[in-house]
Amino acid sequence: MTLDGKVPSGPIEQAWDKTRFEMKLVNPANKRRHTVLVVGSGLAGASAAATLGELGYNIKCFCFQDSPRRAHSIAAQGGINAAKNYQNDGDSVYRLFYDTVKGGDFRAREANVYRLAQISVNIIDQCVAQGVPFAREYGGTLTNRSFGGAQVSRTFYARGQTGQQLLLGAYQALERQVNAGTVRMFPRTEMLDLIVIDGKARGIVTRNLVTGTIDIHIGDAVILASGGYGNVYYLSTNAKGSNVTASWRAHKRGALFANPCYTQIHPTCIPVSGDYQSKLTLMSESLRNDGRIWVPKQKGDKRPPSQIPEDERDYYLERKYPSFGNLVPRDVASRNAKYVCDEGRGVGETGLGVYLDFADAIKRLGEQKIRERYGNLFDMYQRITDEDPYKVPMRIYPAIHYTMGGLWVDYYLQSTIPGLFVLGEANFSDHGANRLGASALMQGLSDGYFIIPYTLGNYLASTKLEKVSESHPEARNVEVAVKESIRKLLSIKGKRTVDSFHRELGKIMWDYCGMSRTAKGLETAIQKIRALREEYWQNVNVPGSGDDLNQSLEKAGRVADFFELGELMCIDARDRNESCGGHFREEYQTPDGEAQRDDEHYSYVAAWEYRGPGNQPELHKEPLEFKYVHPSQRS
Amino acid sequence: MKLTLKIWRQKNTNEKGRFVSYTVDNVNPDMSMLECLDVLNETLIERGEEPVAFEHDCREGICGSCGFMINGIPHGPMPATTVCQLTMRHFKDGQELTIEPWRASAFPLIKDLVVDRRSFDRIIASGGYISINTGNAPDANSIPVGKDIADKAMDAAACIGCGACVAACPNASAALFTGAKIAHLSILPQGQPERDRRALQMVAQMNAENFGGCTNIGECTAACPKEIPLEVIATMNRDFIRGSWKERDSTVRTITPMTEWSTGSKLDIDPHATS
Repeated sequence: MTLDGKVPSGPIEQAWDKTRFEMKLVNPANKRRHTVLVVGSGLAGASAAATLGELGYNIKCFCFQDSPRRAHSIAAQGGINAAKNYQNDGDSVYRLFYDTVKGGDFRAREANVYRLAQISVNIIDQCVAQGVPFAREYGGTLTNRSFGGAQVSRTFYARGQTGQQLLLGAYQALERQVNAGTVRMFPRTEMLDLIVIDGKARGIVTRNLVTGTIDIHIGDAVILASGGYGNVYYLSTNAKGSNVTASWRAHKRGALFANPCYTQIHPTCIPVSGDYQSKLTLMSESLRNDGRIWVPKQKGDKRPPSQIPEDERDYYLERKYPSFGNLVPRDVASRNAKYVCDEGRGVGETGLGVYLDFADAIKRLGEQKIRERYGNLFDMYQRITDEDPYKVPMRIYPAIHYTMGGLWVDYYLQSTIPGLFVLGEANFSDHGANRLGASALMQGLSDGYFIIPYTLGNYLASTKLEKVSESHPEARNVEVAVKESIRKLLSIKGKRTVDSFHRELGKIMWDYCGMSRTAKGLETAIQKIRALREEYWQNVNVPGSGDDLNQSLEKAGRVADFFELGELMCIDARDRNESCGGHFREEYQTPDGEAQRDDEHYSYVAAWEYRGPGNQPELHKEPLEFKYVHPSQRS
Repeated sequence: MKLTLKIWRQKNTNEKGRFVSYTVDNVNPDMSMLECLDVLNETLIERGEEPVAFEHDCREGICGSCGFMINGIPHGPMPATTVCQLTMRHFKDGQELTIEPWRASAFPLIKDLVVDRRSFDRIIASGGYISINTGNAPDANSIPVGKDIADKAMDAAACIGCGACVAACPNASAALFTGAKIAHLSILPQGQPERDRRALQMVAQMNAENFGGCTNIGECTAACPKEIPLEVIATMNRDFIRGSWKERDSTVRTITPMTEWSTGSKLDIDPHATS
């Protein structure tokens, strides 16, 4: 199989315009004859379903939540980037493109990133017109902030709830189409398999989470916008329901999975407080601007922080990276927190935490100033931990919060299965090995509002689609397979709960395929995952039946897929003998502990093909070319 | 800590429900209320019993999935806190907590603590948006919006659609929810063209669902985890009255409420229904 990214020829600045012109159009009168299935209702899914509905397509949109408004995009805090240059501070489409390619550590496809930067400006216009209440200046214009170390202020935000407001905008546009009759919404419905007929994606099989009914939905194309897979680690900042099932089952039907090992870890989350912990809460990274990070010099020093004298504290980031200090990049901050905790110098009850201390900043600026800057974050911290960060240092620890890998797509956002398109975090395309802050929202909306409406039309207009019904033998086969896997999960009736397996899998992933990885560790992880997966299929206890709301059964199917994905992530991480972005292999680092890329051998997208249960997946490479932004070592 | 949880158990919409008491030992004060239920559920599964079904997703107070009554208060005793962020340290060792689902006929019960809130989606579908197709938008800075206006819109837009307002209201009214969306959009210049129709449509839909009427009691705003102010209801009432006059010649359509889950949310629009 040759992977053709279908990158347009000619100058990158004109690539998208040229492509838009060259793409075929669907006659307006014919659009309603095309049924398109959209899986997921987050920023990418809701914006795609709404826009395609506006164009006149017949849309069916599916989400596992009780309402499309609850998709996890809603939890994004910081903001959304756009190259508006409203601040007149030197931003441009080219600069956003440049920053994103460089930030992705030269592992993204240039043409996709350029298009993303171009479209960013339209997104802001669209959202404002929908009534998204972005922050404003007194004069009435939009305000911006600089985010994640960017040198220009290009981030638009709505308090700390930007994701919520953007999602509600897309959700409202979606509900408008529901009212108009172009979109039919299926909440509490989970996609469990993909139907491929004559080599094209023609439908999905779903489970109605209330009645347990297994249904076949046939369409002319399938759009997956089902989010990322961070929950393979059990503990992450993702919502509890976020899962890889839709993507994974499409993968098993022939869609290649690209760069699964690229995961992003956020250094400032509230640490785990006990075994019962169900998820991790992110604290804005801006806290590192004024907080100082330290741990005791002594191993196992259990004294309260106030009783540890200055000379017995190790401000390890300031010591190791004197020029950056506490503002080292996310991955460096995260890894170093892990190292000091591994040495037994972590703080808090579990020993998995480091102090983020504001005492000096409060002394320097006064408590009032700190309250103005971080008041809401301090309140949130106090609500969760019951500790007052104005008086005692915060405790923080890194956590998984985004996955850059996902199903492989070409420039048209089409996977290796014709008719299967993948949008948002579920695809791999724009962030390379590391995503910049405030870029996830931009990508989800760019894919949904502005790219898929064109590329889907092109596919439908240029593809001959046979008439297919729900009773097609292949659809029936898939339905039978889904029913069989549910029956199997319910019939094991072993001794361990789904969560106990998920937690154990998460720990393996975190220990061996987390912040820093080694070939040996990854090999161990693969063996452990295989053994645990074997136990899962013999000893998991899924109570209840498949005929009603059964949350254990929902989780059981998702965890089964996480096992297989987890193994592929380790295989991919082991195969990539370099460090880049969020993928850090201890064997490949610079003398200062920075990620050491190997452009000569690894400047490619690793896209994995499923080869059946128990077989090694097959690696396909899409070489990456950098014609505009020349690879340099990230500083 | 050791707690007794008296939880409403109901297999489905049709079967009768009842309270069942469970003792949870080893409650860690740092746990959230939902993590406490997780711990209970793990024990129940190990004992061969059905776990308690409850809605949850983001567990950071923004998705609006979670919510139930704790001792008669939606989301429990702490202000501006959803049950996913409510830590157990706010309860006393040995305390008994009565946990029951939102009670409102517009929120039919599905199982245990899980209710059907699609009535909220239908209220939004009836008019809770600005009609602007993708690609139609002018430059984002072409219409200035004062900071105070944007802030006010944001205050109303912060609603997470959890349903606590309905559960708190003795009338089970959805006025705070509906008013929040009407206020968000009617404050902004972009929302003006459809302002009157929007209020008419959304209020008609709210009335077509099984919600009760608002009698300005104010329990809703006290229970709201996002502290949506009561004045959004005044905004709704004003826009509704204004719209009733200005749009007196237009037909108001409502969406037929549906309780079935078997066919997805197919819409049956009844063109004859008016406000």
